[in-house]
Amino acid sequence: MSTALDSRLVGFARALRGHGVVVGTSEVVDAGSAAHVLGLEDRERLREGLAAALLRRAGQRQVFDDLFDVWFPAAIGERDGVTSDVPPATLEDRRSRAAELRDDLARALALGDERALDELAARVVAELGALANAATTGSFSAQQALDTLAPQTAIAGALARMQDPAEDAAGGSGDGSGGSGGSGSGVSGPASGTNFASRFTRDELRSDVTAFRRRVEAETRRRNAEARGAERISRYAVRAPAEQTPFLLAGPVELDELRGAIQPLSRKLATRLAARRRRSSRGRIDIRRTLRRSLSTGGIPLRPALEHASPHRPDLVILCDLSSSVAGFSRFTILLVQALATQFRRVRILGFVNRVEDLTDQVLGAPPGSDLSGAFDDLSRMTRWHRNSDYGAVFADVVEHHLDAIGHRSAVLILGDARSNHTDPQFDRLREIAGAARHVSRLNPEPVRMWGSGDSVALGYSEIVDMHECRNVAQLREFVARLLPI
Amino acid sequence: MSTSAPSAAATTRFSSVDEVRERLAESGYLASDAIATTAFLADQLGKPLLVEGPAGVGKTELANAVAAATGARLIRLQCYEGVDEARALYEWNHAKQLLRITAERGSSDGWDALRDNIFSDEFLLPRPLLAAIRSEEPVVLLIDELDKADVEIEGLLLEILGDFQVTVPELGTITATHRPFVVLTSNATRELSEALRRRCLFLHIDYPTAELEQRIVTLRAPGLDDTLVASVVRLVQRLRELRLRKAPSVSETVDWARTLIALGATQDHDLSAELVRDNLGVLLKHQDDIQRAAVALDLPAPS
Repeated sequence: MSTALDSRLVGFARALRGHGVVVGTSEVVDAGSAAHVLGLEDRERLREGLAAALLRRAGQRQVFDDLFDVWFPAAIGERDGVTSDVPPATLEDRRSRAAELRDDLARALALGDERALDELAARVVAELGALANAATTGSFSAQQALDTLAPQTAIAGALARMQDPAEDAAGGSGDGSGGSGGSGSGVSGPASGTNFASRFTRDELRSDVTAFRRRVEAETRRRNAEARGAERISRYAVRAPAEQTPFLLAGPVELDELRGAIQPLSRKLATRLAARRRRSSRGRIDIRRTLRRSLSTGGIPLRPALEHASPHRPDLVILCDLSSSVAGFSRFTILLVQALATQFRRVRILGFVNRVEDLTDQVLGAPPGSDLSGAFDDLSRMTRWHRNSDYGAVFADVVEHHLDAIGHRSAVLILGDARSNHTDPQFDRLREIAGAARHVSRLNPEPVRMWGSGDSVALGYSEIVDMHECRNVAQLREFVARLLPI
Repeated sequence: MSTSAPSAAATTRFSSVDEVRERLAESGYLASDAIATTAFLADQLGKPLLVEGPAGVGKTELANAVAAATGARLIRLQCYEGVDEARALYEWNHAKQLLRITAERGSSDGWDALRDNIFSDEFLLPRPLLAAIRSEEPVVLLIDELDKADVEIEGLLLEILGDFQVTVPELGTITATHRPFVVLTSNATRELSEALRRRCLFLHIDYPTAELEQRIVTLRAPGLDDTLVASVVRLVQRLRELRLRKAPSVSETVDWARTLIALGATQDHDLSAELVRDNLGVLLKHQDDIQRAAVALDLPAPS
């Protein structure tokens, strides 16, 4: 085996570790023998082989694929068989070039031609993505390329292209031409010109365009890795897996991804909880039942009977900051709690910015899976005369109006970054809440080193209640698993 | 340590990835590139294969297909909560041992001879794991739904998966004569331990691509028009993109194709919105999933 491949693999493994994928030495050895057995002829097979040897769980695949493209690039420099022109110089040229490429994209999408899409991604990066200083440093920007190309505008062109031949084949039977007239097309019987599946065409094209964006991003990473070194690119240009995405930095796309993870996460937590409950019923011996059982074995207690622990189901009161800075985090946590609501005796959800509003009915009444943005976006009843969060006023509000919801059985969970915009933090009110409740914990989406900086009163609050850093899904899952009743 | 495969097991079953794919296809399993490559590696490197993925994508089927393709016997250990050493590995046949002791009571051989006698092969009941290790013929060992078993079983598996040997205190260490092809499946309801994962190659089987799924449906439910198969697969792929509680799997797609055959809809134009609405229950197993799909697919309300 060549040493060049070895060092490549070691660098690749180090990059994976940098993204939170645990790769041990034995895995790297396995990857080496896998590469040896498979050979380097087929890149996709090498990818699968290395994935089998290096990965240990499914959530790591996206990071692996991105890093694989950087460390084992599909080509060096310009791709073979792809003839890309010189990047256009003037703005006019750029526009017309983008229009040409968009036309090509529409054609490739209509035909579903994978190879053409791949070549087109390479051309788009080379022609539209080259930065102004490309000649000296050789850098490319996926953002710039995609902004100029606007691939989503190719969907309409592709649709038109796909319908043209379809209309010829239908022989002009005259009834509604598919697409929008979904309910009308199927009813009139077998004579209808378009088939049932054609109503998916638009959605399919949309996901194809999303895939094309990813192609362009991967191609950009490849070109940049060549210019700046794979190590650097893999550190900065590859996205962390969804579990590790910090809540505070997550954009709408990432939040949507996270939302998709809630159902499986809550199911997993519930199963684990059930297993933990069963195990915890081993313990103290139930004397009465053991004696009764022993009658069948002549008075010798061969099979001791154990007491069932009655599960302690706490009330849960969630007090969540819904101001724009931490809204993503709060929403995610509420959705998770909604999915787990049956595990608690009673759940109360109080939202606030600087005034408290009871959201329990809106959240728990909603069907599972809905995104609840209606309940969260209406901030008018959670604000007084400004739209900044004010924790002190909120705690006073809770003590005044909602203290009846907090009893000796309730666990209170406060979500928020404890940035109180220089208002009075009212530590005494929080002490009062902590005194009434069985337990109070605070989740803070900021990293620990930021606590106490600027207008953060996190350190002050953390002296009164348990404060936990909760930056990503992995940390949240750990915390919720601990919170759940046994 | 990964290269220390037992010497007796140097023979491999497949010689190339393409051969894996062809022979699996002959036994009725259409493998994606990822599956074929990983199965080939598992064979070449002599490592167990840990398969994860959603229900119904063919995890268990893979083990069956490898067994059929290599002409090996399939030994299956179905895991469940509370499965223990006596169910998974081996057990002494106590009743038979007692009988032997009673029968030998009068003889003069003495206790030592008797003790050696009753802890011999004759009184050992091999369970799946031991049976796979001791087998004289090549076997495929399937450890199904390992995540359902308790954590203790994983410790038991480490010796078997790492070195393909079993230690029975009274008999010594038994090493495999034929290295079995081991497939472990998991639905990820519990995290498997790192020690176990480290000893395996990992394969995550996801839903197949549209093209592969079409071939699977054609193979498993013959008799449908090609364009109808394409439409069916497009519908299912679309459903998977919706956020459903349980996305339809390959097995559901095949079930639905068979339903269509039973209903006599074998041409593409037979597939109407009403037909889809009335039979959505074959694909989706939850009422709220069905409702959501009906809205997303723009199906007419039930009459």
